[in-house]
Amino acid sequence: MTQNLSEYRKDFPILNQKVNGEDLVYLDNAATTQKPIQVIDKISHYYLNDNANVHRGVHTLAERATKQFEEARDKVAKFINASDQHSIVYTRSTTESLNWIASTFADQVVNEGDEIVISEMEHHSNIVPWQQLAKRKHAVLKYIQLTSDGELDLQSAEDTITAKTKIVSIAHASNVLGVVNPIKELAKLAHKNGAYLIADGAQAAPHMPIDVSDLDVDFYAFSGHKMLAPTGIGILYGKPELLKIMRPAQFGGEMISSVHEQTAEFKESPWKFEAGTPNISGAIALGAAIDYLNKIGMKNIQAYEHDLTEEILPKLLKIDGIKVYGPQDPNKHTATFAFNLKGIHPHDVATALDMNGIAVRAGHHCAQPLMDYLNLTATARASFYFYNTVDEGNKLVDSLEQVKEFFSNGVSETK
Amino acid sequence: MGLAKLNELYKAVILDNANYPQNKREIENVPKFHMDNPTCGDSIDVFSKVSDGVIDDIAFTGSGCTISQASASIMTTVIKGKKIKKARQLISDFSQLIQGKKISDKAMDELGDAAVIGVVAEFPARIKCAALAWHAADELLNKEGGKDD
Repeated sequence: MTQNLSEYRKDFPILNQKVNGEDLVYLDNAATTQKPIQVIDKISHYYLNDNANVHRGVHTLAERATKQFEEARDKVAKFINASDQHSIVYTRSTTESLNWIASTFADQVVNEGDEIVISEMEHHSNIVPWQQLAKRKHAVLKYIQLTSDGELDLQSAEDTITAKTKIVSIAHASNVLGVVNPIKELAKLAHKNGAYLIADGAQAAPHMPIDVSDLDVDFYAFSGHKMLAPTGIGILYGKPELLKIMRPAQFGGEMISSVHEQTAEFKESPWKFEAGTPNISGAIALGAAIDYLNKIGMKNIQAYEHDLTEEILPKLLKIDGIKVYGPQDPNKHTATFAFNLKGIHPHDVATALDMNGIAVRAGHHCAQPLMDYLNLTATARASFYFYNTVDEGNKLVDSLEQVKEFFSNGVSETK
Repeated sequence: MGLAKLNELYKAVILDNANYPQNKREIENVPKFHMDNPTCGDSIDVFSKVSDGVIDDIAFTGSGCTISQASASIMTTVIKGKKIKKARQLISDFSQLIQGKKISDKAMDELGDAAVIGVVAEFPARIKCAALAWHAADELLNKEGGKDD
């Protein structure tokens, strides 16, 4: 191991508990991450000292709340190297970010017969909004295929993205296959064909440095809760010139500059998108989460998680009867491992692991088209974060051997 | 604690029914009901042949985990040959049982092997797996019963 981030575990008191009599091993980070005390304290501090509504009222608390709310926006902008904090829109989640693009901007640029391109590895949140748009506009939804080891097939991307394409929307990192997609190349390809590139960063932003300017994406969506912040706060980044023409998805208070009986003028971006009282404490806590991640360094997090993958993936692959989905090469795989044990349903695997204190996800991971593509109904998934250790990975591997033993030899022979 | 606690859930009768499910087949030309478990993608079809308010035959097809397959298999053995009204009562009793609610000794007796699945109440994440086939059967019999009345 070149990195050791275990010192940060002490900031996550939730990890220090027994589950079913065993030390908790939390490996469901692709679903949501745990929160460090620094983030929890920030929320507590805000409600104990500063709570007020933002962008209205002249009193001191309103000023404090607004200042922190907008400072967090600046932190998000710097975190993903956006040139301008006005390009950062607060949303509820990645899902809401993608829905807003599909229901407003994309609705404005997609016409009958146009094509929308996604891939076979997308999360439902990056599929269903486009299905709805295609239906509404009589447009065509097309899928980029995958290679045999579960990477995006770039030849298929070149064949699928054409002059008819208006929107390309692709996961930056897969929540199942553990691959990182070449967003920069896809953005070039999209732009060459006159299309817009949207990246779903939900599984990427928590794990690696993100540079939206270098990637040259038109929009980038991600969630706070998968990167140490609370649930209910998400981000939509958009290029300023695109946010300028994009219609708001919601209307009401906060987003207007003036309202008359029959008409209203909207604020500038990003505020024109943020109708109603926003998730103020969530945004401020996201700022605290970003401070925390920056203290460790996103490059260090990426390197450490790569070390974990190099340690754990080969051990997983050595288990007789296991199938790990996605690339088998640790250099091409993130620390998210979807797998199946031959002859054992993933739900049974997950229940068995839970008895050993290990939390994994079992199911279709909100990626049913991918499950169909791989001819599966479900998989188990262990997803690591920087606070996980090699020891925890070893416990997973050992436990999977026990699970196999249990289900192949029946109840009586298990200790 | 470790995997030993699994013995409580995966009792022999459950493993037997999952490995060698009973009445796992289609019945042709009879009503069926399809149901999905949206959390995992498992799905089931339940078929029933009813005459004079009696379930002459009941069967299922589909894929799923040990608990859902075993539960479906046991459901068919419990329901088969019963009157619709009785069958729906048993389904209701089973539903109560797996949610950890107390049911009468008589109902426990009548549920037979299905009573063993009651342990799933201690594994809340798996209650839906146990319930799937029974819910599907209830929907199917509800339609069938409605026709007879």
